[in-house]
Amino acid sequence: MSPQNVATVTLPAPPEAERGRSAVTRFLEAWPPAVLLALVWIAGMLVVALFADSLAPYSFTALDLRARLSPPVFMGGDWRHVLGSDELGRDVLSRLIVSIRMSALIAFGATIISAVLGTSLGLLAAHFRGRIEQVVLALVDFQASMPFLIIALSVLAFFGNALPLFIALMGFHGWERYARISRGLTIAANEQGYANAVRQLGAGPARIYGLHVLPNIASTLIVTMTLTFPEIILLESGLSFLGLGVQPPMTSLGNMVGYGREYITRAPWIMLSPAATIVLTTLSISLVGDWLRDRLDPTLR
Amino acid sequence: MSTLLSARGLARHYAVRTGLFGRRASLRAVDGVSFDVPPARTLALVGESGCGKTTTAKLVLGLIPPTAGTVTFEGEALPRPNTVAWREARQRMQMIYQDPLGALDRRLSVLRQVAEPLEIHQVGTKAERRERALALLDAVGLQPHLAGRYPHELSGGQRQRVVLARALILEPALIVADEPVSALDVSIQAQVLNLFEDLQARFGVAFLFISHDLKVVRQVAHDVAVMYLGRIVEQGAPEALFREPVHPYTRALVSAIPVVRRRAGRERIVLEGDPPNPIAVPSGCAFHPRCPVAVAACRSETPALKTLPDGRLVACHLAHGDAAMRKAA
Repeated sequence: MSPQNVATVTLPAPPEAERGRSAVTRFLEAWPPAVLLALVWIAGMLVVALFADSLAPYSFTALDLRARLSPPVFMGGDWRHVLGSDELGRDVLSRLIVSIRMSALIAFGATIISAVLGTSLGLLAAHFRGRIEQVVLALVDFQASMPFLIIALSVLAFFGNALPLFIALMGFHGWERYARISRGLTIAANEQGYANAVRQLGAGPARIYGLHVLPNIASTLIVTMTLTFPEIILLESGLSFLGLGVQPPMTSLGNMVGYGREYITRAPWIMLSPAATIVLTTLSISLVGDWLRDRLDPTLR
Repeated sequence: MSTLLSARGLARHYAVRTGLFGRRASLRAVDGVSFDVPPARTLALVGESGCGKTTTAKLVLGLIPPTAGTVTFEGEALPRPNTVAWREARQRMQMIYQDPLGALDRRLSVLRQVAEPLEIHQVGTKAERRERALALLDAVGLQPHLAGRYPHELSGGQRQRVVLARALILEPALIVADEPVSALDVSIQAQVLNLFEDLQARFGVAFLFISHDLKVVRQVAHDVAVMYLGRIVEQGAPEALFREPVHPYTRALVSAIPVVRRRAGRERIVLEGDPPNPIAVPSGCAFHPRCPVAVAACRSETPALKTLPDGRLVACHLAHGDAAMRKAA
């Protein structure tokens, strides 16, 4: 690159150059390619989750005993089972599609539950202070000091396993982080001018928190969500792997990885596709979360 | 003259703990302050940092309840903070802050924030609120193209104008301005102060103007009250007060105003010592440890705020020319 080129890149572009730049450049600046890919991936996952029944080529429980452990197309298999089949001859692609729906349901449901629960408790603590704050903080400390896996195991052992219960249980994972963050940030916001100024204008708590404090602290909460979301997928995988999560014949991404482990040397494709899906989905969520945080902040625009 | 706002014996004490084992003590932030603000006039409260100016402002607005004393606004006592009646009362009294950027929500556009008080108190339709907000922005001298901007995109003076527009949109009778120009450049200060005077003439709003800057006060105030350690020590019209300060503390303050040419006979009075700890207020006149002319009585008796022949109020034993006191000195 010539020195002149460097200069045009580093100097702030004058307005004429702004108009002169191609639409493609401006589009790519607003929507970085990595974020675009991540958004496309997440959208794809959502489409798969919504239309799982019509997209799956076979039923996820259908056995094809003559084609057991058949390799996927890219490993020399045939087109009957594109992503191969497992030890019982079940189509991996069909199982993957159904698993994506199950895991997405659990992860989205649980993330929303924990974010709403944690944030509201944090706001309550920050608004009322005193007794209520102490109770919330005690709960937070209790939750943070107990390994979540143990709580999950005992709940599932006592109450049995049903999908709504399982989602609710996952929703209890990570709420303490939202509670801590939202409490701290809300107390700070209440001490700051803008929340006080709005209170002084005569606004009620709903307006102060809903319209002013929450949008101002949302960026941190969104980042926390993007951190918790992959954790919930991984936790679900872990519990399913231990046999306490999603129960067969139902399947989820973690469930597939867990059962595929036994065939990892002979038929790695059984756990390859669900593992890749977990990695790509969590990565996409993190990328989009970061981008969203910057997008939502007018001071960074 | 009728009064809009009247404070009587206003006091606010805070319970504090000192030291490791927490001896209980009482911090007297404001200790018996009385004043009146007539409609469409400006009363300035001046004094050094920590003398209770901002606490007085919060008491007057009912943001915190007083320990003792009463505030009467438009003939009625102030409701308790954060009640419905208190929220209603916000329409008549507003506040302006020292740091305009901190007082604005950086995620909402200027127009949105100026219209917000109307939204809160459900005044007019959406279109009317927008119209009114644009009119107010015009009144405080902001161009219409700034309406869609965010606070961080404006200059300090423009932000303070936005805060002023937001305070004025409900047409309050009283605005409490807490050091409104001390964060601004001197050139911008003058513009904003002129704006204050214009708006007072146009909207008939009364100001309680809090400042540590006597130059600023001299420009805007109709009446000046000097505070020292939670009490008013001297109050009067700015011309008289600045020309001929009576209280030794006011004299020291006035002598600290920088002038271009120091006239003969006007010497700089430098006070000794720091302002005393408000937890341990000196007995008698709180100012006596730093007072260059203190007499024995100052140590034991608290001087009352009494009227001088020219109508000024002064709390000083010596100022009232008490013969017995003179002799004691």
